[in-house]
Amino acid sequence: MALIGTQEEPPAVTPAPAAAGRRGKLTPYWLLLPGILWLLVFFAAPLVYQASTSVQTGSLEEGFRVTWHLATYWDALTEYYPQFLRSVAYAATATALCLALGYPLAYLIAFRAGRWRHVLMVLVIAPFFTSFLIRTLAWKTILSDGGPVVSALGALHVLDLTDALGVTEGQRVLATPLAVVCGLTYNFLPFMILPLYGSLERIDPRLHEAAGDLYARPLTTFRKVTFPLSMPGVVAGTLLTFIPATGDYINAELLGSTDQKMIGNVIQSQFLRVLDYPTAAALSFILMAAILAMVTLYIRKSGTEDLV
Amino acid sequence: MAALTKKPAGTPAGKPTRAPGRTSRWLRRNLVVLAGLATLGYLILPNAVVTVFSFNKPNGRFNYEWQRFSTDAWTDPCGVADLCGSLSLSLEIAFWSTVGATVLGTMIAFALARYRFRARSSVSTLLFLPMAMPEVVMAASLATLFLNMGVTFGFWTVLIAHIMFCLSFVVTAVKARVMSMDPRLEQAAQDLYATPLQTFLRVTLPIAAPGIAAGALLAFALSFDDFIITNFNAGSTVTFPMFVWGAAQRGTPVQINVIGTAMFGIAVLCVLVGQLVGGRRKRS
Amino acid sequence: MTTTAPTGTPSSDSSGTDVRLTGISKRYGAFTAVHPLDLAVPGGSFFALLGASGCGKTTTLRMIAGLEDPSTGTVRLGGKDVTGLPPYKRPVNTVFQSYALFPHLDIYENVAFGLRRRGVKSVKKQVGDMLDLVQLGDFARRKPQQLSGGQQQRVAVARALINHPQVLLLDEPLGALDLKLRRQMQLELKRIQTEVGITFVHVTHDQEEAMTMADTVAVMNGGRVEQMGAPADLYDTPRTTFVANFLGTSNLITADVLDTSGDDIVLRAADSKLALPAHRCTATARTGEKLIVGIRPEKITLTHADDAGTIPDGRNRVRGRITEAGFTGVSTQYLVDGPVGTGLSVYEQNIERDGRLVPGADVVLHWNPGHSFGLDAAQSIEAGTDAGEGT
Repeated sequence: MALIGTQEEPPAVTPAPAAAGRRGKLTPYWLLLPGILWLLVFFAAPLVYQASTSVQTGSLEEGFRVTWHLATYWDALTEYYPQFLRSVAYAATATALCLALGYPLAYLIAFRAGRWRHVLMVLVIAPFFTSFLIRTLAWKTILSDGGPVVSALGALHVLDLTDALGVTEGQRVLATPLAVVCGLTYNFLPFMILPLYGSLERIDPRLHEAAGDLYARPLTTFRKVTFPLSMPGVVAGTLLTFIPATGDYINAELLGSTDQKMIGNVIQSQFLRVLDYPTAAALSFILMAAILAMVTLYIRKSGTEDLV
Repeated sequence: MAALTKKPAGTPAGKPTRAPGRTSRWLRRNLVVLAGLATLGYLILPNAVVTVFSFNKPNGRFNYEWQRFSTDAWTDPCGVADLCGSLSLSLEIAFWSTVGATVLGTMIAFALARYRFRARSSVSTLLFLPMAMPEVVMAASLATLFLNMGVTFGFWTVLIAHIMFCLSFVVTAVKARVMSMDPRLEQAAQDLYATPLQTFLRVTLPIAAPGIAAGALLAFALSFDDFIITNFNAGSTVTFPMFVWGAAQRGTPVQINVIGTAMFGIAVLCVLVGQLVGGRRKRS
Repeated sequence: MTTTAPTGTPSSDSSGTDVRLTGISKRYGAFTAVHPLDLAVPGGSFFALLGASGCGKTTTLRMIAGLEDPSTGTVRLGGKDVTGLPPYKRPVNTVFQSYALFPHLDIYENVAFGLRRRGVKSVKKQVGDMLDLVQLGDFARRKPQQLSGGQQQRVAVARALINHPQVLLLDEPLGALDLKLRRQMQLELKRIQTEVGITFVHVTHDQEEAMTMADTVAVMNGGRVEQMGAPADLYDTPRTTFVANFLGTSNLITADVLDTSGDDIVLRAADSKLALPAHRCTATARTGEKLIVGIRPEKITLTHADDAGTIPDGRNRVRGRITEAGFTGVSTQYLVDGPVGTGLSVYEQNIERDGRLVPGADVVLHWNPGHSFGLDAAQSIEAGTDAGEGT
């Protein structure tokens, strides 16, 4: 009887007592105040401000006034929808590639690395410490025309295939969609690997043994046990990859040509070069809305609400 | 590991499995290892290129093609105008952003992890949004605000922006740690005559320290390496990433590779030393 | 520093301090964790709060420790009202469930923690002595996670006891240990308590543990104390069906009261006439109404129906048929169905086993009426059993 009894009492303390909250119901608010104020003033308020900018008209010399000129949105959409679509397509491709490339590595570190685990972890994180711009520039060297990579791909007739698919052009890789997607994939790969590793590492290896014991082949074990349990990591990883990739303009700028411009490039040039603030504001507002809509839909579908 | 090598314990159907060749079996068993290492190679390759090309002596202004070996850049890392100035500015901004974001973020993390309050879900949303927002959107909107307020762009606008986007990441890192901490530890401290302040200083803070350190490290890396937000809010101030960006348009000095290689080396060294010290402490 | 020290010097007299709870209760919104209750723990006693999870026992303990503010009522330690004092000003210490040892401090610093907070300068000797007492002298510089469960448990006890608290609170201190170690630590804790003479208040869900260790046991259910007393009294004369079922096993039979005039109440259950000493009945018995008669399984003797004539007079008898028989070594446990109820439980010592007592056999259950107890029939007969969980 005592044996059964030992397992009964759950470790939880009675209805979650708000610890340390003996006195002072205001304490959490004081703790929140400075940081939240910072976010409200420098993150939320600018977004509102930007919304108002997007419906202003005027010029740099005469100043801008709110005129509810919604046509800016229409103009922005009709003029730049190719860049929008391209951004989503590139980012989605890069995210899929990140998942395909990152999963084996995360799995390797979590389950097969043994005492090499820490070394591999360091090798994943360490590139972070070299400025990503420098590393992106290195791809210019790696993918340069006549370089070993392009020569090899050409000799293997891979470039014929990719040329036919339209992702490369004229037997070169630089200044093609392939180069931009390759750069995006490379840049955001660690953002996929880290959350994946985080959720894989939490899986008890004995679950694999249990699945094997219950007649699951390795591949079935992966499909039915490992992958479902790593879903939080997959969701977090895809979001952390897809969102920044959609708004990125570095890779398109450094590795692409004018034909690979993404929406980030447009916003940047509208804002910093053309100085057409309403259009820049309208574009970023559309981008934000589109991404929030996609993310919300995705989170709903994958059923992991609590990401923060 | 055993799971991957274990054969299903007796197939009920009793179908005999065909013995495949040794090579193909080895390949199948280690496929994930090979794929993982290939990915690792993909991740490391640019760093290798950066390192190799730090010893290059290019013809012309761009350092994209190998010419011949030289250590010129290593002996004179600051030999390019503005490079070391931008580097120290970046370090300075990263330092202060880390301090600011870590302090503010840790406070928020404690509030979220330890208290129940009404605005909780709105606060969580507000913290999540900066992470779910393309940088270019945040960058443009903040710059719009500064522009309209007539704020002069420079060090302070960059610092403000960096603290803003680092904050959420610090909160996430610290909160995870504080949440996983057993509240009974603090109760035990109070039970053992520690006042609330002593409890915080002697128990809560030391236990939360790894989370805070991780958050701070993340903030430093994010701030130091940020380009997009900085580009919109820096005015004529030039941080290191902005210097590299500018160089990419005009000509890439080899010194950039020297700095990149050195940072990579220092980071790896720091981690290895940390591992050694940590490992020794664990053993003793 | 002196302000944070516990009231007065830690008591060294062996009489211990009594704990008195008056009208104490705890509500969380609409949920009442502890209904207003009065509890007096005699100084120097080993007191156990026993109950299933969620019965309010841990909340009660936490209110004594000061980790939970009572919604109503007062907590007094040795006559002094400490209700408003925060935990760090109360002369009580707690051995937490799963120990709550500080993971960033070694064993030595864990044990020294309380002394240091109270500004004691030279802790070396005290900590050393205390570690020796719990036989962990060699482990002073280890971190908690490097110790086994039993060792961690001893550190937790040492960390609390070194402060010479007036009352030591133990929150399921043995819950994480395996059975053998539990038995060992039960005796160990009991020994320490006898040695130091400090009042121990021990919260547990394990009825055997409570009965083995405590001088006084309070059985809690649904935020109320059902019954309080010495373990043997609780076991022999439970006052509610919950206590009867939760503390060991009871056979509870609903019966009609026939006669209340004599020393024995006479009752009828199905075709059996049962006697029950009036002083062993906690409910008021009225002729024509119902009453629950309880009898412990080991008090019942089993006789094969063929030998029914050999049963002495004056014993309560009930007919039945064996449905299950389980051999446990010391005894054989039978389940019997009969007209008075199903699933009656009987434990027979394995002294002279009757080979005919197998499932399917017709038997007579009989017992000394003096061993039965009477309970109010208005209660659920299943309270405190697995089937009656949540009552």
